[in-house]
Amino acid sequence: MLAHSPILQIIIPLLAAPLIVLIRKRDLAWIIALAATAISFLISARLFLQVSASGAPIVYEIGAWAAPIGIVYVIDATNALVMPLIAGIAFVVTLCCRNLIEKEIDARDHTLFFAAWMLTIAGMLGQVATNDAFNVFVFLEISSLSAYALVAVGAGRDPRALPAALNYLILGTIGATFYVIGIGLLYMLTGTLNMGDLAARLPEIGDTHTGFAALAFIALGLFLKIALFPLHFWLTPAYSYAPSAVSALMAATATKVSVYVLIRILFGVFGLDFPGMGEVGTVLLWLGVVGAFAGTLAAIWETDLKRLFAQSSIAQLGYMAMGMGLMSSAGLAASFIHLVNHALMKGAIFLALGGLAAQIGRVTLTSISGIGRQAPLTVAALLFGGLALIGVPLTAGFISKLYLIRAQLDQHAFVIAFLTVISSVLALVYVWKIIEAAYMRERPKQAPHVSESPAMWVGAWILVLATLYFGVQAEGLVDAAHQAAENLMGESQ
Amino acid sequence: MSLSPLLLQWNYVFVIGLMMIGFYTVIARGNLIKKMVGLNIFQTSVFMLYISMGKIKGGTAPILTGDATTIYSNPLPHVLILTAIVVGVATTAVGYALIIRVRETYGTIEEDEIIAAINAQDGQSSEDVS
Repeated sequence: MLAHSPILQIIIPLLAAPLIVLIRKRDLAWIIALAATAISFLISARLFLQVSASGAPIVYEIGAWAAPIGIVYVIDATNALVMPLIAGIAFVVTLCCRNLIEKEIDARDHTLFFAAWMLTIAGMLGQVATNDAFNVFVFLEISSLSAYALVAVGAGRDPRALPAALNYLILGTIGATFYVIGIGLLYMLTGTLNMGDLAARLPEIGDTHTGFAALAFIALGLFLKIALFPLHFWLTPAYSYAPSAVSALMAATATKVSVYVLIRILFGVFGLDFPGMGEVGTVLLWLGVVGAFAGTLAAIWETDLKRLFAQSSIAQLGYMAMGMGLMSSAGLAASFIHLVNHALMKGAIFLALGGLAAQIGRVTLTSISGIGRQAPLTVAALLFGGLALIGVPLTAGFISKLYLIRAQLDQHAFVIAFLTVISSVLALVYVWKIIEAAYMRERPKQAPHVSESPAMWVGAWILVLATLYFGVQAEGLVDAAHQAAENLMGESQ
Repeated sequence: MSLSPLLLQWNYVFVIGLMMIGFYTVIARGNLIKKMVGLNIFQTSVFMLYISMGKIKGGTAPILTGDATTIYSNPLPHVLILTAIVVGVATTAVGYALIIRVRETYGTIEEDEIIAAINAQDGQSSEDVS
């Protein structure tokens, strides 16, 4: 059984979905979802410990068909880092969002909601574990289609969720189709879909128009999925109008998985020497900078807190793009560190926002006036998340900014480093607006009184404590991220 | 620039034509159903790309005939496209379901009217009364 663990961590959530639909009981649905995510998390954590201890990748052939004919799952230093993150956040959000789901979603839809929930989690884990390029597309679509449905469920509270989900559907499908076109061109060139085999064959025969076009299509498709400026317009409406539990899950995991896929394809399949990679790096670097500023400035002007933090996600994804665009091992490691840290920070923030939303409805700067006294722990979680976004020392956000700026200075990208610092400081403006609204104003008499219950802040605090832990004890994460980066850069050289 | 490569590889010209028609429809048309149709045309062009690349000169359908000298077309692109067709069908289904809900909520399926309705709502409720 343990030999099959690379595939079990995906199969168990995948099977949980039809199981939940067949057993039509709402309470059992949540328990099944919780059990499936817990098992996935344990399996992926065990795989991570195995791979980091032995240093050798775990290769799992599906149906015992060997590569390159069969589909192979390879758990190496790169995806062993990302899988426990996704599974762990899925577990924490499932654990802590039960009352949010009860409040915001119609009771008749709960079983179908949890089924789509499990499908999106299984899809994300599948994208990370696989070593076959078309398999990535299959799991990408499994995850995305369920995500469109999950976002649309928010229409019960806010009808704007429907156009948001439709927009997300159209743009997400275009991105995935571009990716498929690129994979088709690669298949035409090499005759294989296995990523290891592609990486071996591309250097000799890749220097053609077809190879260049394949790189362009795949990169563009994945840029849309990671919400790189200017392909980011789908993200803010989708994250803000979705139900709070869905926002928490997706903001913390969905784009991170796409960042991983982009890194894997660019550096693990194409490699640094592929013609066109230099241009891709420049595009990533500069659009990352623009995205960081665009996201932060847009967040400063927002009053609705969910929209604010969604815009801030665009900025954080810009930092990850900058790390990739540096085209160096240090830059990739910085992207991985920020990937992990941002997942934890944004998960904490959206869980805290969800806890508040359950009591006061729309969470805006006016509706949270003076709420710091009535819901101290929840707002404190929000505060710590915001400080981590800015990059205050002792939080994980500081570690990721530190390594990103170090990688930029290593590459002599002084202007970029300066711009990174400026945009991080700008984030202080919107965090301050929230602090001022929550702590320094009086709560108006007619505002709903908030009674704080542990259900509001437990999930957020689990993730905040993880953020603080990685802010203080960063060596484990930094080492794992450097191993992840060198695993990919070493292969391409 | 000689024309003969274009004429010899007319399947790719066809694919590109369909792709651009579909993509343009998605972007340029405001009617939501037309957008979905454009998306479908765009996806279909990708199917044609894969299948036409799999054809081998003199190749027949990739089903074993027992004759050792038969040339078969490449079956792998066919398999990939079966998957992609299923994905396309699912996407279309979710898309149309969302369009039906949008119609029920906003009373229209024209994108600019929906945006106008959302802006009107936002204008009314821009200041929360807490």
